[in-house]
Amino acid sequence: MKILVPVKRVVDYNVKVRVKPDQTGVDLANVKMSMNPFCEIAVEEAIRMKEKGVAEEIVAVSIGPAQAQETIRTALAMGADRGIHVTTDQTVEPLAVAKILAKVVEEESPELVILGKQAIDDDSNATGQMLAALLGWPQATFASEVEKDGDGFKVTREIDGGLQTIKVSSPAIITTDLRLNEPRYASLPNIMKAKRKPIDAKTPEDFGVDIAPRLEVLKVTEPPKREAGVKVESVAELVDKLKNEAGVI
Amino acid sequence: MAVLVIAEHDNASLNDATRAAVTAGKALGGDIHVLVAGKNAGPAAEAASKLDGVAKVLHAESDHLEKRLAEAMETLVLSIADGYDAILTPATTGGKNFMPRIAAKLDVAQISDITAVESADTFVRPIYAGNAMMTVKSSDAKKVITVRPTTFEKVGDGGSASVETIDAPAPAASSQFVGEELSKSDRPELASAKIVISGGRGMGNGENFAIIEKVADKLNAAVGASRAAVDAGFVPNDYQVGQTGKVVAPELYIAVGISGAIQHLAGMKDSKVIVAINKDEEAPIFSVADYGLVADLFTAVPELEAELGKVGY
Ligand SMILES: Cc1cc2nc3c(=O)[nH]c(=O)nc-3n(C[C@H](O)[C@H](O)[C@H](O)COP(=O)(O)OP(=O)(O)OC[C@H]3O[C@@H](n4cnc5c(N)ncnc54)[C@H](O)[C@@H]3O)c2cc1C
Repeated sequence: MKILVPVKRVVDYNVKVRVKPDQTGVDLANVKMSMNPFCEIAVEEAIRMKEKGVAEEIVAVSIGPAQAQETIRTALAMGADRGIHVTTDQTVEPLAVAKILAKVVEEESPELVILGKQAIDDDSNATGQMLAALLGWPQATFASEVEKDGDGFKVTREIDGGLQTIKVSSPAIITTDLRLNEPRYASLPNIMKAKRKPIDAKTPEDFGVDIAPRLEVLKVTEPPKREAGVKVESVAELVDKLKNEAGVI
Repeated sequence: MAVLVIAEHDNASLNDATRAAVTAGKALGGDIHVLVAGKNAGPAAEAASKLDGVAKVLHAESDHLEKRLAEAMETLVLSIADGYDAILTPATTGGKNFMPRIAAKLDVAQISDITAVESADTFVRPIYAGNAMMTVKSSDAKKVITVRPTTFEKVGDGGSASVETIDAPAPAASSQFVGEELSKSDRPELASAKIVISGGRGMGNGENFAIIEKVADKLNAAVGASRAAVDAGFVPNDYQVGQTGKVVAPELYIAVGISGAIQHLAGMKDSKVIVAINKDEEAPIFSVADYGLVADLFTAVPELEAELGKVGY
């Protein structure tokens, strides 16, 4: 089985981003960038499937600027076999990403695509589901457990009420949730080895995909600020304030 | 202008998040229809027909729709999409699961998790864990939108819409429901409770959540948690509040043994009143708390239970 794992380069999760004063976006100059944490979980899951002998090959693909190559190298250092880098400096919305990925799937014919459930920059939570629809494949989103099951996959999903288990036929799309696994750190020898693994260079035009955005960003603003309140000295004072000052109990 | 709101429900009853999505739909203007897709979902369809401002309810039944599998929701909604200018659903795990499939097949961008409607084509949505708010204008002919339930008023009852039965086409691909393990609780639902008390890594283990539950029972509150508490197995996954868990905005949110990482704040900073109980006075949670108590939670929380008792709880 071949597994395709799309990975996205995003602002590191420890960074508290700042809105630009001109309201055109957030300030990304000199900000630490990393692989989206949910994509790391996707790469890890693919590697574990390979280690179990369920998968033979893992292809990591990233759509983004020149530096997205580093994100692919991270996936290769973790254990992916080769990469595909679709280079563009434009903003690529989830729909366009899904369209490019659908073309990559046509060329690569994987039986499984594992993606992160959401990217922590735009928080859309859409690409995997869109890809599934474009391909006419079943999907198992927000996965916390994945098992190869006959000619498909049995997947436990994190839902609002608890956990749900579904079976999807292969080929399928899986998106990862936090509890699926704990991604490994790449070892130094593996980082060195990853430098020699091949990365194919492509562009959106190679796939004939129009990536023009459908959403025009009118402005990006700060959320309403919350001021720190007061420190109370005792639980009794807290209860008194909640009852007589805030009136919420 | 015609607007379709896809209902969130469990067949027997309508989820409150649907009421918030109807409010967002009203802000777009035009006739509002509600789609109730399920199995034995008559009661949910009936409840939807009573929503204030709803002109018509469409009711579809099939085995695949019982759990609203995404592949079945896709073909069902596409079969009626022609008649609508906008399609909305709450940004619950249900809506997040099926809605992007519909957007992709309609070749439109999904506008995820909106917190405000500026006009029929312009919306506000949080990005970067809510550290920035983005106003976007959609150039697509049809708008496909998921709605953050906590930021819209919930419409009440008062309508008397007709209920029309529609056919459910075959699903787009093969998926099958196997089973579920739902958290059982007599407490209010986390997403819509008026009071929420959440525990973090500081709770130490799952048994210790008992002290939080006692307070929750007194206040008729829901119990939530940080990711760290869920990852450590203290409580089930559906307790997680935050950027990648549930977003809550109760009247009162009490954070116990939670440091206040941006991912957690993303899920609770719109609460009306925030209380933080933490032994580290430098904990970032205090920067958003209206009332902060620097204390060991293992003494403070039982004390809170006792003090509440003194004022009649
Ligand atoms: C991709 C991604 C998504 C994430 N999504 C979420 C999310 O949706 N929700 C979420 O919550 N997190 C999320 N996180 C995790 C987040 O970054 C933090 O790691 C997490 O919120 C920390 O949880 P915590 O505050 O319980 O633990 P800690 O940060 O370890 O804080 C524990 C706190 O308890 C206090 N404490 C300890 N003992 C006591 C005591 N006896 N009495 C009083 N206080 C005590 C400590 O002082 C400390 O402040 C996400 C992270 C990533 C990378």
